[in-house]
Formats: sequence, structure tokens, C-alpha cells
Amino acid sequence: MRARNLSRITCREKWNMSKSHPGLLHHFDDPEQQLDASQSGMWIFLATEVMFFGGMFIGYTVYREGYFEVFAHASNHLNVWLGSINTAVLICSSLSMALAVHSAQSGHRRQLLVFLVLTMLLGTVFLGIKFTEYYHKYEEHLIPGLDFAFKEGNPGHAAIFFSFYFAMTGVHALHMVIGLGLLAYLAVKTTRGRFSPLYYTPVEMVGLYWHFVDIVWIFLFPLLYLVGRHL
Amino acid sequence: MNSDAIIPVRTYVLVFLGLIMLTITTTAVAFVDLGGQWNTAAALAIAVIKALLVILFFMHVLYSRPLTWVFVSAGFFWLLILFTLTLADYFMRNIGGAPLRSAAPAAQAAPRQTREITPRALSTSEPRATQRTATVREKRSE
Repeated sequence: MRARNLSRITCREKWNMSKSHPGLLHHFDDPEQQLDASQSGMWIFLATEVMFFGGMFIGYTVYREGYFEVFAHASNHLNVWLGSINTAVLICSSLSMALAVHSAQSGHRRQLLVFLVLTMLLGTVFLGIKFTEYYHKYEEHLIPGLDFAFKEGNPGHAAIFFSFYFAMTGVHALHMVIGLGLLAYLAVKTTRGRFSPLYYTPVEMVGLYWHFVDIVWIFLFPLLYLVGRHL
Repeated sequence: MNSDAIIPVRTYVLVFLGLIMLTITTTAVAFVDLGGQWNTAAALAIAVIKALLVILFFMHVLYSRPLTWVFVSAGFFWLLILFTLTLADYFMRNIGGAPLRSAAPAAQAAPRQTREITPRALSTSEPRATQRTATVREKRSE
């Protein structure tokens, strides 16, 4: 960048630069530095998210060790097939998001829009399947507090499993909903031509967020759906 | 990442195929009895591989600056601390007399005995303090 070679940048030059890259904020030298800063910040946020979900995972681990058999029986009430399909759907949406970032980097605006919309569609499919599962649980009286009934073991201990199930998948689904909102925002900005190979930071950041939500599900799926298949 | 380093689409597709294969594997393995806790271990190992694939390729960490590596590892290192210390605490001692593991009852019996000594000693107690301590000593030596 030319600005880096000069010890002092005149106001006029700065104004020209910000004019040439509409996304560049005045306290950054160039778009690359701005992207680096955003990336570091995003990863710090994701580290806090790791801790947030980590707390629930450790709680689940401790109680599963304590009420091992009841947790296995309760886990068998979850639908493995819907769970695996949802995992596949989420992985597809992650690929679509990665390709969206790729399109933004290489400056294919129409492609970027297509992949953003595809990611949103797959995210919606995931949430649809998730809420179908929730509805089945409601019908089978497996929601703690709502006429909860469980016969294969201590119902109190099974209620702990289902509380973890609803808390963890619920918070995960909430993250998905927020992600869908962010993707919609990106799609609108894309149609207005805000992104270019020089400035696509928001696309990259939402991509990181979306992939993180995918990773959470990658751990939720085996721990909630698969562990009870064999005692 | 550097704006000039664009990851080819082929890499993304290969990673995606890997993730799908691992999802099929983890579901299939869950229906095979590996014995003991090995099913859980296998499921978690596959989940970790999948997570690494997503982090390194989809999230571009493999191609990122060292500073990004620091932030990423810091997050997971703290998660490791959370798990190690919490599990060490829960699985190595018995909190509040409520056993979380089946092996706990043996350990639970010990504090109950010591608790019983004091009331019995008090009920048969003589007004003199010296005798009371003597009974407690006797019971303890038993």
C-alpha cells in the first residue's frame, strides 16, 4: 500500500483512500490491517463462546457420569436419523458459507448472493427439523415441566437429561436464528454492492460465526443422540 | 488471512466430503458395540477430527497469522482447564454425601461413623468432661 511508505499521510490522501474503499475506517491504514484486527476480535469473541458452551458440556458430562444408565435410556428417545440428517444439513450450510466467503474474496457478487441465500435456506431446514423433533418430544411428554413422564428409569434423572438437551440445542438454535439474521443483513448489503475483494470483512466474520455454530453441533450430535445406543 | 491467499474450491469440497463421511461413520459406529466406554471415546474422537477440519480449512486458521493461532488455542486451552479441573474434582471426591459414581458408597460410610460417635458419647455422658473424652477415645479405638 502506498500509504505505508509515507511517514505522514495528508488529510486529503486519507479522504481519497476512504473514498476508494468505502468500508475502510479512518483508524486503519489499509483494508488488510482492518481485516486482521476484525479477525482477532472475532476469535476473542468465539473464545468466549467456547467457554459459554463449555460450561453446559461439562455439566452434561458430570451428570451423565452420575446417572449413566438413565441418560442412555433417555438418549434413545431422540431420533438418530433426524439428528444425522440435521448434521449433514449443517455441514452443507457450512460448505455453502465457505464458498460464499470464497466468492466475496474473488469478487463474484452474484455467486456470493446465491451462496448466502443457500446458506440461509439450509439453516432454515435445520431449524425446521429441530422444531419437528421438539414437537415429537412434546407429544411424548418428554419436556421437563410439561407433564413429564418417563418409565425406563428415575424420571427425575431423565428430566435432567432432557433439561440439558433442551438447554443445549435451544441455545444452539438461538445462535442459528441470530446467524440467519446476520446472513440476511449480508445479502442486503451484497445486493447494494458493498463487498469487493478489497473489503469483505463482514462476510468473513459471519462465516467464522456460522462455522463455530456448526462445530457446536458436531459435538452436540454424538453426545446427545449417539451415546445411548450401547450401555 | 492474507487477502492474496484464496483457498481453492477443491479444498473446500474435499473437506466437505470428509465431514460427510465422518458423520456417516460416527452414526454407524454408534450402532456397533465396542464395549465399555469405547463407543463414547470413538464418537468424541470423530467429533474432534471434524471440528479440526472445520477450524483449519473452513475457518482458514491453517492459513492465518500466528496471532490468530494464539487466540484460537487460548480459547480451547481454557476449555481444557475447565474440563480437567472440574472432572478431577467431581470424580475424585464425594461432595455433600451424594455419590455421583457407583464406587462412592464405600467412601461415604467413613464420615457417617465418626458422626455417630459424638451423640452416643453425649447421651451416655457423665457430667465430668474427662470421662466423656475417655468414652470417645474408647469408641474410636474400636
